[in-house]
Formats: sequence, structure tokens, C-alpha cells
Amino acid sequence: MLAASGELVTEKSGVLNLGVEGMMVVGAVVGFGVAFGTDSAIAGFAAAAVAGALMAALFAVLTLIFLANQVATGLALTIFGLGLSALMGKTYIGKTLPPVPHLHIPGISDIPLIGPLIFGENAMVYVSVAFTIAIAWYLSRTRSGLVLRSIGESHDAAHALGYPVRRIRFLAVLFGGAMSGLGGAYLSVVYTPLWTEGMTAGRGWIALALVVFSTWKPWRLLFGAYLFGFFSIAQLHAQGFAVPIAPEFLSMLPYLATILVLVIISRDAKRIRLNAPAALGKAFRATA
Amino acid sequence: MPRLRLEPRAQASRLATYLSPVLAVVLTLIGAAVLFAILGRDPIRAYQAFFIDPISTFYGAGELGVKSAPLILCAIGLAIGFRANVWNIGAEGQFILGGICGSYIALFCEPMLGPATLPVMFVAGALGGLIWAAIPALLKTQFNANEILTSLMLTYVAQLLLNFLVRGPWRNPQGYNFPQSKSFDGYAVIEPWISGTRVGLGTALALVAVAFGWFIMSRSFLGYQIKVIGLTPAAATYAGFSAKRVTWFCLLLSGGLAGIAGINEVAGPIGQLLPVISPGYGFTAIIVAFLGRLNPVGIVLAGLLIALSYLGGEAAQISLDLPVAVVGVFQGMLLFFLLACELLVRYRVVVGQETAQSAA
Amino acid sequence: MSSPGGSAAGVPRLELRGITKRYPGTVANRNVDLTVMPGELHALLGENGAGKSTLVKIIYGVVGADEGEIRWQGAPIAAHDPASARRLGIGMVFQHFTLFETLTVTENIALGLDDQRDMRALRRKIDETAKRYGMALDPDRYVHDLAVGERQRVEIVRCLMQEPKLLIMDEPTSVLTPQEVERLFDVLRRLADEGCSILYISHKLGEIMALCQRATVLRQGAVTAQCDPRQETSASLARMMVGSDVLAVKRPAEHKGEGEALTVTGLTMEPDDPFGARLDNISLALRKGEILGIAGVAGNGQTEFLHALAGERLAPRADAIRFDGKPAGHLGPAGRRARGLAFVPEERLGRGAVAELSLADNALLTAYLDGNVGAGMVKTGAVRHFAGNIVKDYNVVCAGIDAEARSLSGGNMQKFIIGREILQKPRVLIAAHPTWGVDVGAALTIHEALIRLRDTGAAVLVVSEDLDELFEICDRIAVMSHGRLSEPKRVADTNIDEIGLLMGGEFGDDKQAGTHAAT
Repeated sequence: MLAASGELVTEKSGVLNLGVEGMMVVGAVVGFGVAFGTDSAIAGFAAAAVAGALMAALFAVLTLIFLANQVATGLALTIFGLGLSALMGKTYIGKTLPPVPHLHIPGISDIPLIGPLIFGENAMVYVSVAFTIAIAWYLSRTRSGLVLRSIGESHDAAHALGYPVRRIRFLAVLFGGAMSGLGGAYLSVVYTPLWTEGMTAGRGWIALALVVFSTWKPWRLLFGAYLFGFFSIAQLHAQGFAVPIAPEFLSMLPYLATILVLVIISRDAKRIRLNAPAALGKAFRATA
Repeated sequence: MPRLRLEPRAQASRLATYLSPVLAVVLTLIGAAVLFAILGRDPIRAYQAFFIDPISTFYGAGELGVKSAPLILCAIGLAIGFRANVWNIGAEGQFILGGICGSYIALFCEPMLGPATLPVMFVAGALGGLIWAAIPALLKTQFNANEILTSLMLTYVAQLLLNFLVRGPWRNPQGYNFPQSKSFDGYAVIEPWISGTRVGLGTALALVAVAFGWFIMSRSFLGYQIKVIGLTPAAATYAGFSAKRVTWFCLLLSGGLAGIAGINEVAGPIGQLLPVISPGYGFTAIIVAFLGRLNPVGIVLAGLLIALSYLGGEAAQISLDLPVAVVGVFQGMLLFFLLACELLVRYRVVVGQETAQSAA
Repeated sequence: MSSPGGSAAGVPRLELRGITKRYPGTVANRNVDLTVMPGELHALLGENGAGKSTLVKIIYGVVGADEGEIRWQGAPIAAHDPASARRLGIGMVFQHFTLFETLTVTENIALGLDDQRDMRALRRKIDETAKRYGMALDPDRYVHDLAVGERQRVEIVRCLMQEPKLLIMDEPTSVLTPQEVERLFDVLRRLADEGCSILYISHKLGEIMALCQRATVLRQGAVTAQCDPRQETSASLARMMVGSDVLAVKRPAEHKGEGEALTVTGLTMEPDDPFGARLDNISLALRKGEILGIAGVAGNGQTEFLHALAGERLAPRADAIRFDGKPAGHLGPAGRRARGLAFVPEERLGRGAVAELSLADNALLTAYLDGNVGAGMVKTGAVRHFAGNIVKDYNVVCAGIDAEARSLSGGNMQKFIIGREILQKPRVLIAAHPTWGVDVGAALTIHEALIRLRDTGAAVLVVSEDLDELFEICDRIAVMSHGRLSEPKRVADTNIDEIGLLMGGEFGDDKQAGTHAAT
């Protein structure tokens, strides 16, 4: 969800960054490494965010200044990121971090069943939800969020009105990168506190799909992320319950669902124009 | 105050078109040297281990052909699509489906087909990839769904399908419960053509694909339509070209080629169906396509170079104890530099004064 | 006289001196002087390509002038951009709206303003302003839901919120119904009363005569006249716009052809996109061996009509469009080409040709049915030969047939495209604005080519805003306005004034035209 909401911001500004997987995994390795070295999970997260942003900066320079093709650059970023992270992570294979404590609010967390479920998770879960809500608020209520959206809609119109399209897109891309970094760090520092090569296992791509699935609306992102998460867990549990459907097919569901949603919203070309940032993926050339 | 300005060129610079990949390679080599140095390895030795050693033996040179075949097969199809602005990102999935369908023939039909097994396998592989690519094609032409995402999602579905088959119904009963199918035998095995190497059918098919791709793009009317659609869609509408037909063609072609690459990999180097049959060929082929500037000849060269980087990575792992991951870094760097140098083809860097926006 | 601080003494609100702007290959504005007084309704008149849009972009700061000076309330202004223009008090309502469809009215307006934080206060202010000027506007609706007239109101209100001292309106009524036009004029007159200056760009002579006090006429980038429209007739205004340059083309002998090459019957089509015009029961009979011209201001349905004729949009009934009597409405461009149709589109690079491809490659773009393709293969030799012929016969100045299309000048590119179509010996040729932005020599070549084609018995349909051109080469002429087509008249039986009148208003509705002419 962290990565997806970051990418949502990026895409809302009109930039398609396919490098989420790469940024996430770099964030994962950096987060792990720093957390390991400093014994501080927070430092790990911070460093991961910076690392993600740096990767994103690379992407931004190439696509916004060098006007490179966004699809190709994003893919390059992913491949690069996977390689780089594996390289950097060599020294950390096999080591583990102490688990990050779960949140425990006295009184509330002790309510049977609901308590631990909603309030007993580790801090980052709440942070991710908070971020998503914050982003939703930012995009719909603040002026700069409005400007960002307008740039994603029509960068020419925004430019005609005098807005710094490149600068805002640059920042949006950096933000997306930082968030992806955080997402990756969560995996390596909290979820399974160790490092293995390629541990993001395609979650970056899922994040990208999530953004489309949510039709670029942050609230739906929340729903979608938990839905995907549900499916991932479900297939593990299903094995325990001897459900007759093979687990792989259950795992397919999120992807098939995404395709289905994509088809439904694309059918009405007008709807897609309504929800998808119209200038997504198009390079912006300032005409003086 | 002098500023650097980007000025569009009136005519795409031919010099830059040929030079930019070369420049990108040079820059990457420099970057690689820096990388090696950071990792504490002598750059010269690293170069040697990476680039020279792998192909210094006859077998090694053959390996280059073997490794580049799937890349080139996929990249040709992808490049044609890219030129028409059809972005097939799911080549990996089509590769897998090709492997699956061809394996079906190999595992279950071999006895009855006899010598015809191998050709039928390849046809099945092509069909598998083709059908898998037909889905995004249908979704795009009928529902206007973005083919990047649909083809990508299908890649995951394909991988899961493969997992399922290999762990379940197709699992080798004598395989000690490992997730793998029976090894192919009998007529389903691809024999190397050049002894002393593993070069065989796959490499030949790749070359055929290259010729085919070149033929289509430079001589056929369809290739012309593809170029026009990719460059100026409005002109294509004006001319009466059917964007839908072109979309179908590009996706089916790249899917079919990826499928062939898939079954070739399974039946050849691997010899059985495993949960993982590709080290990301479908994705790397995208890099190959771009590196080769979407041009058949360029793709061959790019394919060889990238294949070399794969081999080099494996070799360096053994001789220099460098992690294989270096390959990914190298490839990514290469593509970055290429994309950046691409700029020089269309624009000229001008050192000039600030434009007189202030002439009022 | 309604405006205080009127035309006599007083500092001009806006003054342009010697504004010149060059683009590669052409001069968009040539030494333009313009003066607008406070509270004045000033018209900027001229044909397409005369330089009006460039000039106002310079005023608004989107584009910088190469030479010249801009003075605001007497003081010169230095480099500026739209934000500073807004701060000065200049507001602009663009012809092609700069609205964001997926955002609400309020959000759109907020983007056009600087530093408005509180959305609620903004909504209230939008409501007030709209009501004050008598425009109904709901701040919470999404722009994509609005009709075109309503969208324009959003643009206007956006400007009004800044309390502008100069409001620039670029072709505002091309998308409005007559009632909406009246309402707009009320708003504008009110604004002028309050001291705001209005710079009103338009072609529509009737409206300008009804609304404006002064007019500056541009032609090919330079100012050709300044006048008080209320004291002019549309004929005199049309003459100022169009000028009296005469090309050395002989008035062709009238040619009587046998039979109809192209017949359109009752063609009614809804527009594809929200800004498009609706085609309303259009009927037309184009005879063989004649050149028929369609005059009219851009935006009245010409583009849609051309797309329908070319086959890029299919007609609702197959027999709504007939070639040589046989139904063709269901055919796409390729099918129609096979029947002998050729089409020269308005956009040269970007539709008629691919900029990055060579001339040889571009020759194939529409000539693929002409023996240049065999068994799916391109016959390169034949194509190159064809391209060579085009270049030779039409005097196309280029660096050979391998030169990229975008390296050609506008005139030469147009000659190439026309040559390509004519050399395919079509039975019907449709040309859209064939000499727009083309130098005099090339225009001559093109006109002669069209006449020669007609003489071979083919039928030619020319859509243009250049009345001079139409009167020179056409046998018959009709006017397209608001999606409807007037009855074609023989050129010999009519004159520029009459056609100009038809262009400026609705036909069959003389009362309306009369109301606009009087004040």
C-alpha cells in the first residue's frame, strides 16, 4: 500500500513509473542494512525512503529532462534496482533483525478479537493507512494537490496557466520513489526481518496494478490493497483447510481481478478519461 | 549568462542514430569499471572475466548463441510492436505459455507422434504464446484496455499456472516430490547441431525470425503501416490503415515468437518443465529491443551483447566471486545510458543566451 | 456612448508598439501597433493565420515577442508570463478552453487564480460573480458534464474573479447559440460600463458590428486597417480582412460536367467529441468537371463534414454519401480511395504526411492502391518513381525524395501532398484549405493544378476560409454555417459581399442578420 499510494501520486501528475519494483527492493536492502547497522528500525526506514527517492531521481532526470521513453526507463529502473539490491545485500544474507514490536495500546488492544485485530498490529501498518488517507486529503483538498492533478490531466493547459510542470512532476516522482522505498523496507525490516535477493517478489508490480485497480482514487487503493493482501493470505490458509481449488489459482485472482476492472473501466472511454490522468505517460515538451 | 538549451533538429541525425548505442556501451563500460572498483576488484581483470573469458572457448561462443536466441526471438517481435506503439510487456508470460503448451506435446504426445513430435511441439509453443498475447490484443481492440497492464498481469497468471502444473498434475512421479515434470526424452529432445556446443534449433530459429522481422519492416506494406501508425496515428487514419489489425498482428507475432523461445528453452537447455524456466528473458528482451534501436540487425548485436553479460555474470561469479546480480546492474546501466543518449538523435545541445522572453 | 473614460484624452489601457514575432519559416506578427482604451470594446479582426492568436498570446505572456514594446496603463512592461499578466489585470478566455475535465468548476477556477486557499469562500464568490453578471453556474459540477456554452462561462467567470482591467476573448462565440451570444454580449457590455476593456477576437462580422467600438484588422501578420465597426458594412469589413490581392489566375471558363460525381443527401451526424459541431441535414450535389467551393468560418462543421466525406467517420446511412450514384457511406478511407476519392487534409504534417518519414515514403501514404503495392510488398522502385514525378511536376523544392517531410517549407509540402493526390487521377478530389499558410508562388501552382484536374472531368470540392481563392477558382460556391450548408450558387451570380454576409450569420434568417447589422 505504501508503494502504491506513492505511485498513485506520481501517476496523478502524469508520469508512469514502472520502476516501482526496483525502487522497492532497493529500499528493502537499504532499510535492512541501515537498521542492522544502527539497530534502529526508524533509521532504516528513513534511509530506505532516501534510497527510493534517489532511484526515482534517476528516473526523473531521464524522463523529464532527457525526455526518454517512460515505459523503457521504468523497466530499466526495475532491472537495475533488482541487480543493485542483490549486490548490496550480499553481506546481509542470513542475518536477521529483532522483530519490530506490535502496537499495544493499553485497554483498547485488549478487547477480545477486535482489539488485536485492528489495534494490535505493528506501527507501520498504521503509518501506511495514515499515509494513504493523507494523500487522499492532499489530492482532493489542498491547492497544490489540485495543481498536481491538473498537470496530470493536461500538462499543456497547466503550462499555459503558468504552472511549473516539470518541477512538480519531479517532486511527485521523488515522492513515489520514497514511498516505494518505505514499502520495501517494511518487507525487510518488519514483515520478515531478514534479507534475501529479490524479496519483493513482484509486489512492486502488484502495487502498479493496484493503482489502476483503484482507478487512481486513494480510498479504493486502501480497499484494493487489503483485498490483494487477503488473497495472498487466503491461499496460505486454504491449504490448511484443504480447499479443493489449487492455491495457485487463488493467487491468480488479484491479477485476474485487475484485468477485469481494467476492462470494465476502459470500455467506457469517457470514464477512463474521467479517472485516469489524461496526460499519463506523455512526455512534456515546454513550448516557449 | 550562457545556458545549455535543447533545440529540436530539423532532421534526425543519422550519425547519432548509429553512434548513440556505441556511446551508451562505452559509458556503461566506464560505469562497470567504477562498479568493479567499488567492489574491490581490478577492473581489467573484471573486464576480462566478464567479456572475454566466456567466449574464449568454442563451447563458450556457442553458449553465446544459445543464450541470445531467446532474447532475439522475443525482441524481434517486441520491437515490431514497439514501433507501432503496441507495448507488449508480457512477453515473459507468453514465453511461459509457449513452454507449457510445447511441454504438453512433449510429455503426453510423444509416443504417438514419433518424429513429428519436435515440430508439433514448436507449433504448440508458438500457439501457446500467441493465444496468451491474443488476450491483451482482444482487450485492447474491443475494450480499449491498456496492453501494458493486461499483458503484465497475465505474466503473473502464467507463472502461477506453471507452478500449478509443475507441482500438481504434471509432476514427475519419479521426481522425489520435486516440482518438475518428467524429463523430455525420445523425439522430444533437441539435439545440438554443432557438436561441442549446445547450439541448435533455437539459434537457427532466432536467425530466421531476424530475417523475417527485417523483411516485414523494410519491404512489406504492413511494415509501412506499422511505421506510420507508430509515428503519426492521425496520418494512418487518414490513409485508411486499420490500427486494430496492426495491434492484433504485433501482439500475435510477439506472442508467437516468445512462445517459440519458451518451448525452445524448455526442450533444449533445460530438458524438462520447471517452476522457473526463464531468468527474465521476456523482460530483458525489452532492453534488447531498445538497445537494438528496434531494428533487426541492431537487435542481433544487442542480443549478443546482453547474452554476453549473462554469461559474463556467471563466469565472473566463479572466477572473481562477483555476485550474479552485477548483471542486472550492468544491463540497467546500459539501458539508462542508451535512453539518455537517445536524446542526441532528436535534439541538439546548444550553448546560448537566455531566449529573449523579455522582449517587451 | 456608454464607456466612461472614453476615447478622447486618457491613458490607453493597453498599447502595443511594433510587435514582431517570428517562427521558423514565417513571420507571425509584423510590426503590429494596437491601442485599447479603458472601457473600450475593441475587436481584433482577421482570417485564420493572420496572426491574431499569436498576438494575444504575446499580450498574455504565454509567448515572448521578438521585437516591440508593450505598455500597460502607459508604463512599459518587461518580460512577463501568464501569472504576472493576471496580476496586472489581464484576463484571457482561450479559444480552446484550458479547462480540466475531470475537475469541478470550483477547482478549475481555483487553478486559474493565484493564492486562493479557502475553497468554501471561493465557491461563494463564484456564485456571487456568476449571478452578478447573469450567468448560471453551479460551482460543484464536473466540467466534463457541462455543455460547451457552460464551459465557456467557467472560463469567463475565472477571469472575472480576478477583476480584470482587460479581458481578451478569443473567438468566443464560435461555440455558442444565438441566445447565449446575446447573454454574453450583455455581460461584456456591463463589464465595459464598469471600465474594463475588452479585446474581442472574431471573424464574425455581424457580431463585431453589433458589439465593438473599434476594430483593428490583421492580415498576414500586419495591421491593414483600423476603424469603427459601427460605421462600416460587413462588405467593407470583409474587404479589409481579405484584402484585394489578386493572384494571377485566369478566371476559368465555366465547365459543364455530366452527371454527379459526389452526392450527399440529408447527412446528419452528431459530433465525435464535445467540442465538435453537429452536421445538420446536409445535402450536396457535386458535378463532374466542376469546382465547388465551401466557404465559412472555421468551427461551423467543416472539419466534421470533411471527415465524413473522407470516410474517417462512417455515415449513418450508406446512401447518405454516394460516389457516381453508388452508396459509399459505409466505406472507410481505403474503400473510398478505391472508388476514386482523393483527399487533401487541412493539417499537412500530422495528417497529410508523416513528418519523420521521407518524401518517398510519404508518397505511398495514399497511393497504395495505385500499383505501388503487390502481394503485400511495397514496390520501392515504383514508389520512388512516383515520388520523383510529384517533385518534378509540382516543382517541390526539397533535398531530394529522401529528404524528411518536415524539412520542407509549408508551401512545398502542400504542393507535394496535392501533387500526390492529383497524380493518382482521382474522380473526386476534396481539398481542405489548400493554400493556407502557403506562399504566393506555391498557391498559384496549386490553383492551376486544381483547375487542370477539373478540366479532365474530375470533380473538385474546396473548403476554404479564403474568399478570394474561392472566387477565383470555383464554379459554384456554398456556405457552411452552424453545421448547415447553403444552396450552392454559381460564382458568376454572386459576389464577395453576399457570401460574406452568409458567412457571418445564419442563412434563411434575414431578420437576424438585420438585427446584428444595426445597433
